[in-house]
Amino acid sequence: MTATIPDVKKSWSSVINTVTIGATVEEGGTRTSAITIGGETTLPVHHFEGEVPHPPVVAVEVWDVPAEDWPDLVKEPFAEVMTDPGAWAKRCVDEYGAQLICLRLAGCDPNGENRSPDEAAKVAKRVLESVGVPLIIWGCGNTDKDNEVFPVVAEAVSGENCLLGTITEDNYKTLTALGTAYHHKLIAESPVDINMAKQVNILALDIGFPPENILIYPSTGALGYGIEYVYSIMQRLRIAGLKGDKVVAMPILCDIGIEVWGVKEAKASEGEVPEWGDARKRGPMWEAATAYVYLLAGADILIMRHPEAVRATKETIARLMGGGGTS
Amino acid sequence: MAKLTGIDIYKLLPKTNCGDCNFPTCMAFAMQVATKKAALDQCPHVSEEAQLALGEAQAPPMRTVKIGTGEMELVTGGETVLFRHEEKFHHPTGIAIKVTDTLTSEELDARIAQIDRLRFVRVGEEIGVDLVAVEHQEADATRYAETVKRVKEQTKLPLVLLCPDPNALAPVLEAAADGRPLIWAATHDNWEEMASLAVQHKVPLAVRAENLETLAELTGKIKAKGVEDLVLDPAGTDLVDGLTKLSLLRRLALEKVFRPLGYPTLAFAGGESPQAEAAAATAYICRYGGIVVMNGVESWEVLPLLTVRQNIYTDPQVPNAIEAKLYETGNPGPDAPVLFTTNFALTYFTVAGEVENSKVAAYISVIDTEGLGVLNAYADDKLTAEKVIKTVKEQGAMERVNHNKLIIPGLVAVLRMEIQEDSGWEVIVGPEDAAGIPRFLKTEWSPN
Repeated sequence: MTATIPDVKKSWSSVINTVTIGATVEEGGTRTSAITIGGETTLPVHHFEGEVPHPPVVAVEVWDVPAEDWPDLVKEPFAEVMTDPGAWAKRCVDEYGAQLICLRLAGCDPNGENRSPDEAAKVAKRVLESVGVPLIIWGCGNTDKDNEVFPVVAEAVSGENCLLGTITEDNYKTLTALGTAYHHKLIAESPVDINMAKQVNILALDIGFPPENILIYPSTGALGYGIEYVYSIMQRLRIAGLKGDKVVAMPILCDIGIEVWGVKEAKASEGEVPEWGDARKRGPMWEAATAYVYLLAGADILIMRHPEAVRATKETIARLMGGGGTS
Repeated sequence: MAKLTGIDIYKLLPKTNCGDCNFPTCMAFAMQVATKKAALDQCPHVSEEAQLALGEAQAPPMRTVKIGTGEMELVTGGETVLFRHEEKFHHPTGIAIKVTDTLTSEELDARIAQIDRLRFVRVGEEIGVDLVAVEHQEADATRYAETVKRVKEQTKLPLVLLCPDPNALAPVLEAAADGRPLIWAATHDNWEEMASLAVQHKVPLAVRAENLETLAELTGKIKAKGVEDLVLDPAGTDLVDGLTKLSLLRRLALEKVFRPLGYPTLAFAGGESPQAEAAAATAYICRYGGIVVMNGVESWEVLPLLTVRQNIYTDPQVPNAIEAKLYETGNPGPDAPVLFTTNFALTYFTVAGEVENSKVAAYISVIDTEGLGVLNAYADDKLTAEKVIKTVKEQGAMERVNHNKLIIPGLVAVLRMEIQEDSGWEVIVGPEDAAGIPRFLKTEWSPN
């Protein structure tokens, strides 16, 4: 006697947008390879009922200035190269397997070094010359300054099909115009809120920016610091996208390193909290575990910092894509 | 069987329209029962058969199973949704750490002590490992009995007995059944003996099969033997297979109310390294694992997993609020800065974390905003100048310090003048983002 199992497979009515970042020589850029993400027709890991045609990817973070604020543990792997963003990016790619570089223009912050738009553009060019992978360029977070910096930077990297961020509900016009003019993709940021995620996309779409050129950044929380809110927002966004809501049918980006390396569990020394165990293993583990949770909620790009976390996360992505291994 | 309709219930009634249930007709009564507005036992003439059928149909779609006894008892199953945002996940994944009977008694004692130490306090809640899984590997069955006995003496945690050999398991249960361990596992080959042991000792039983058809067939046969408390082990061959089966099981239980598979689940987190094992465990915690069995005992691996579980099983409908009172970071003296923030737990813990990072000891006055963050609270009128002044005064923050400066969140800079004028304090606008707090306190703060 064999039991008959009811069929519970689902087929969703729609598909998540496919987005390519980076342009090779044939495509008018200088990248040795481009990265394509998105295109899912089902939830993460549900290969039994749909397609996840492009595995999620890991971008590694590089700054235009030495990242003095980073905990020693995550500065260490980049110690001698932090003064040279080109060498820093090259190490991320050659030694640590970065699939993209996320250049954060922290040095442009008026409360920091207040670097000029030209300096930022020079760094972006330098990173492009040093590595063949596609580039994400993230502003310093000061909207006025970002609106000064991006016009120069976006033009300098014209044709490279970079991913620029971020646009928000209050500040989207400059970057959207630049994305259109110089053919870059954009990161649309919202504060852990599904309606605001929609809203910022609608604003960009209303002024003619193509939906296929947008990634959703619903904000990121570190494990233990609000990850569950973002997790559920991402699941809801992905389900809405798969059900046909075109306004949210975008791949999703998570900015993990910057969140994780600010929390105590990642950076406290063993001396500070002995019961938490080996700090050298705990920090990267915290970053990787944060990434794992987001992979299950639908993350397409993960921006990370520690090489060990990057390695473990890439291994897990291969496993979640059906690359075998153990249970 | 899906939920019974009014018609289904009507068919089970005497159809006499006697009115003893206080409804005019059997049909009217059936309709009320279907919508749970009346209980079946309001009909004094209903047959036992009907009661049984209805009881079955009204049972929750996934059974709740208890493992262990007393304060360390683990409750698993009873889940009602596929996604936590639909309602919440009810019973946090039980984390089981493995020990084997190949260990010497010293190794065993050390490992148990290590497992027992895996308890932490996070956001005011104690989180820890739930179960010890004792695996039978040695050929000698007496060795297994000795190991289980020793583990039982050393820890209060409930046990999972990983011993599919009924002959080796039987003597162990004589001594260990009072702790209500989960026994693992009934398979195609041993299910009759395992089911007998579960009945005899009144312990929950895991059922293992690689395909869901066999699993359903086994649970049917085992249930017929009188075992109700089952846990399903779908024996994932790799991580994708394991996750696939857990997803299918959850859907079958909840969407189809498919009784043979309406039980909680168990999965083994595999991996060549602690990082890989943690990846599998994380995935099973997020995706429907009732119990996850793993090897790692290092706190740098287990703490993140316990945190994943705590986060995923947080009730999304309850605002995550903390007590509104005056908090201290470090040992603040009379020169210490006074900040305020809201009682949204995440906001508070982020702010407190950054204040700690600054290494500047401080007072943090937490305002009751009913669990809303700064901007939302302001927008909803739950964070007003009046309320800030009243709370800070009531909490006595300004009496602890020798200055009269209050640092307010940059996001509500608009409140500065009103607070300043109505309180007489000097109001300083802090950073908009908590991440800016360390620099702010180190470079901009001065009590003078």
